[in-house]
Amino acid sequence: MIDWQPLLLTFKLALITTCLLLVISIPIAYWLAYTKSKIKPILETLVSMPLVLPPTVLGFYLLIAFSPANTFGNWLDTYMGLRLIFSFEGVLFASILYSLPFMVHPIQAGFSNLNSTIIEASYILGKSKTTTLFKVLLPNIKPSLLTGIVLAFAHTIGEFGVVLMIGGNIPGKTKVASIAIYDEVEALNYTTANWYSIILFVITFSILLLVYLINGGYLKRFWK
Amino acid sequence: MIQIALQKKLSAATGEMLLDINMQIEQGKLVTLYGSSGAGKTSILRMIAGLLQADTGTITVHQKTWLNTSTGICLKPQQRKIGFVFQDYALFPNMTVKENLLFALEKNQDKQIVKELIEIIELEDLQNRKPNNLSGGQKQRVALARALVRKPEILMLDEPLSALDKKMRIKLQDYILKVHKKFNITTLLISHDISEVIKMSDTVFMIENGKIIQQGNPIEVFTTKKVSGKFQFTGEVIDIKKEDVIYIVTVLIGTNFVKIIAEENEIQTITIGDPVLVASKAFNPLLQKIN
Repeated sequence: MIDWQPLLLTFKLALITTCLLLVISIPIAYWLAYTKSKIKPILETLVSMPLVLPPTVLGFYLLIAFSPANTFGNWLDTYMGLRLIFSFEGVLFASILYSLPFMVHPIQAGFSNLNSTIIEASYILGKSKTTTLFKVLLPNIKPSLLTGIVLAFAHTIGEFGVVLMIGGNIPGKTKVASIAIYDEVEALNYTTANWYSIILFVITFSILLLVYLINGGYLKRFWK
Repeated sequence: MIQIALQKKLSAATGEMLLDINMQIEQGKLVTLYGSSGAGKTSILRMIAGLLQADTGTITVHQKTWLNTSTGICLKPQQRKIGFVFQDYALFPNMTVKENLLFALEKNQDKQIVKELIEIIELEDLQNRKPNNLSGGQKQRVALARALVRKPEILMLDEPLSALDKKMRIKLQDYILKVHKKFNITTLLISHDISEVIKMSDTVFMIENGKIIQQGNPIEVFTTKKVSGKFQFTGEVIDIKKEDVIYIVTVLIGTNFVKIIAEENEIQTITIGDPVLVASKAFNPLLQKIN
């Protein structure tokens, strides 16, 4: 039977990445959607970079930056007790960077498409920016939030290059399913590789299908 | 007393325009801003609400300074006690009608006001519906109720009735008048319907290119010759027909058509679509109760 550890690790990574990304992305998306600052294009570009940059490039620079042989990596190691290369934490950090646009873009689009007068209406009713964000804005962009969550989750499941560069192939720590598949194919274990692949295929297909069903309102109609 | 003096450079469709107005509004009055679109009416309301920054100016509401650009005082929209009814209603789509009103409550404010407003504005049947399932007139009523929850010092309505049909409009005008009287709220209304202005307001400010060109009692402002009619209405000319030596002018007043005989020299300045005043002086109109 196949080793379930890479799959479990993959979903653990995807889950934690998605949760942290949600917390990080809401303020970034909010700022990008409403700012009039001149540095907005630069920040937008940085957020979108992982879309076009080969994952290996991102992984390579992170590997260099976090290496204990370098000043920054050394500082992290000595003062924070964090060794980010070849560790789960390092892969997690890289995943967050790598999937950032997949979470930020849908949320930013959600904010931008909202009618701006409902924000003004809330301010006039004496509500602070924070209350407006949590009671008015976020509840009205639920589909965008869901899209962001699912895309970030699915994208993290599918990552390969970044993990391989910064995490390597350590069972139970950094050997996620996509790397396990590569590993099995290298070792000519096609049956095991096939099992991993089928499981990933079915799960990602189901997740995406569920999102389209929910956002398209099919489920609501079904329940009625 | 509310004193407003505002200056701001606006970029309008016709180029740059300097908005420069000075208004005094008595407590408890209903005041309209009348003028063509692009004249700066909405900008004035937005500046009073604090949604738009004035270049220079002062706003004083009941001796309290909301804005004074020379001393750097500028209260945030949250700190000004305003009710605002937006042109597009701006209801929160994620909340039901009742939740929209409850959201407007201030901390520790008694919920009784929500119940009271639902009754006055007759929203009982709609209170559990979401805004997307309401008609334009219903949304407008909810927006009006929501604006009143905080018991604002000024109620502002940005062309609240322009998107509604005549019948609905008259009904809503009555709601606005009702709450205006009931809560004795100073109300600022934008309108470009003369009959609405005359029906609703104590004072009208006529605005053109960012300046107030006329102000005062609506009937006096809209009629150049002063008519001391016993009996007068405003309406819109629908049709002008020549019959022998006279003309028959059909005027729409509210939802009723009235035919009026006019002479050629009276007709010369009037065309179809013009707002007119229909007054009778010499005859005493009959009054009869209808069942």
